[in-house]
Amino acid sequence: MKKSKGSSVIGRKGFFSSDRMMPKVLFLFSAISILTTVGIVFVLLSESYKFFQHVPFIEFITGIKWTPLFADPEYGVLPLVTGTLLVTVIASIVALPLGLFSAIYLSEYAPERLRAILKPVLEVLAGIPTIVYGFFALTFVTPMIRSILPETQVFNALSGGIVVGIMIIPMISSLSEDAMSSVPNSLRNAAYALGSTKLEVSMKVVVPAAFSGIVAAFVLGLSRAVGETMIVTLAAGSLPNLTFNPLESVQTLTAYIVSVANGDTTLGSTQYLTMYSVGIVLFVITLVMNIVAGYISRKFREEY
Amino acid sequence: MARTKEELHIAKRKRINSVFHGLFLASTLVGVVALLLLLYQVLSQGLGWLDWDFITHNSSRRPERAGIWTALVGTMWLMVVTAPLTFIIGVATAIYLEEYAKDTKLSRLIQLNISNLAGVPSIVYGILGLTIFVRVLAFGQSILSGALTMTLLILPVIIVSAQEAIKAVPGSLRHASYGLGANRWQTILRVVLPSAIPGILTGSILALSRAIGETAPLIVVGAAAFIIRPPTDLFSSFTALPIQIYTWAGQPQAEFQNIASAGIIVLLLILLGMNSFAIILRNKFQKRR
Repeated sequence: MKKSKGSSVIGRKGFFSSDRMMPKVLFLFSAISILTTVGIVFVLLSESYKFFQHVPFIEFITGIKWTPLFADPEYGVLPLVTGTLLVTVIASIVALPLGLFSAIYLSEYAPERLRAILKPVLEVLAGIPTIVYGFFALTFVTPMIRSILPETQVFNALSGGIVVGIMIIPMISSLSEDAMSSVPNSLRNAAYALGSTKLEVSMKVVVPAAFSGIVAAFVLGLSRAVGETMIVTLAAGSLPNLTFNPLESVQTLTAYIVSVANGDTTLGSTQYLTMYSVGIVLFVITLVMNIVAGYISRKFREEY
Repeated sequence: MARTKEELHIAKRKRINSVFHGLFLASTLVGVVALLLLLYQVLSQGLGWLDWDFITHNSSRRPERAGIWTALVGTMWLMVVTAPLTFIIGVATAIYLEEYAKDTKLSRLIQLNISNLAGVPSIVYGILGLTIFVRVLAFGQSILSGALTMTLLILPVIIVSAQEAIKAVPGSLRHASYGLGANRWQTILRVVLPSAIPGILTGSILALSRAIGETAPLIVVGAAAFIIRPPTDLFSSFTALPIQIYTWAGQPQAEFQNIASAGIIVLLLILLGMNSFAIILRNKFQKRR
């Protein structure tokens, strides 16, 4: 009351009242992000609930056959889960060592001028749309694999997994490098003063000191691989297949959602509702991974 | 005797170091090589098909007559709606979190929520958009539904980058403004935002360039593959660049693979343009400081 009186004296009442209104208006805008989360959770839960009225939860979570479009449909989600797992494992075999090594190189070894070239190149790689990676997997990586291993199917987990791995290298590399660059130089200098080589400083001092950040980067990268859609849709195929043979065609959780969205299932049918039950599995897996990554980087961070 | 042993040991450690030096460099170069291979593959297949007719022709079922115009206009429509929406919501949220919110449970919840949203797979946003915008709000499989879905998808990215930009404004500027008798909102509007705007714009352009390449959520929301004519209003059905590329890439005939490559070249050129603009903006900003 007093304030607004004073302001009217200097003739700026409009501004003072806007100063009181603005936080409320801005808060409403920031509520949109909360609403988004609420919306996602609500939509997935309520539609999945309808799905589980038709299909027992136990059958869904333990069944080994996924044939929702057949005349005699079976709704066991495990083939989609193993398909996702297979692609993610292949991607991590590619991306974890390469991402970590390139982070070590950029943070510890690279001369400043080379770094100034390599960093932007990795950023470009990170900015390439996944549809382009998918096309690359289909038209370059798959023919290459098939020329070496002719028994490989046209759509296969290996090609998709390798390219998903390439896609997440920049993410793992830059997050790991961030963790390493926050290790204070005094630690490095102490190790050098004891006569260590660069490798020993990197592997015995910097990597252990940045370990929580590196593990968090790994988990975040893999969570990205689990949620990746276009590469696996184009390259890994659309055949739900309970296999660990990387040369066979598999369908991932994400690729299945695309196939339902592209198909012509009737609105509200059990087939249609599978999109939500598969969606919630995907959502829960990635959410758990992201929370774990956040927990690791907070809980085990070494403070200097 | 002992001395030479020591020397041998040191030489061995140095050798191991240089072997790993090579390994680390090679690992870094894998990314570079992958990028070059990818570009070579796309350019060698698509460059021959990329001409003015390809840009200006509508889509077609016949590869030699098909063009990218329908998809290009669809993507532009999406951006025209998405860009202002995300910018306003994103910057408003960032201002609230950085300038107004006290360190309460609620503001920490909003912050945690934003970082979790950034990790949600894009296809899940597609499911959200399909259910809420297409069906509940009955916008149909339209530009509007697609653009709103994209808005929610890139919102976390814009919020975080706007927060960084606002954080980087030095406290002395704010204090000077308060010292002259300005209130909080005046300070934000006249001091903080003008100083943070280049950073905010850079982040926004990068986020939009991510939206342009996003495919999965649009497929789920129902961007149709075989649309021949470009959209005319917010409620038109539409296709977009990445969807068109996806459709072409999935066709068995080799010609379609080639026009998919040509489409990718167009997409990458747009992204290159946007990213260069963002970098120019960033450099200008850094110089001024």
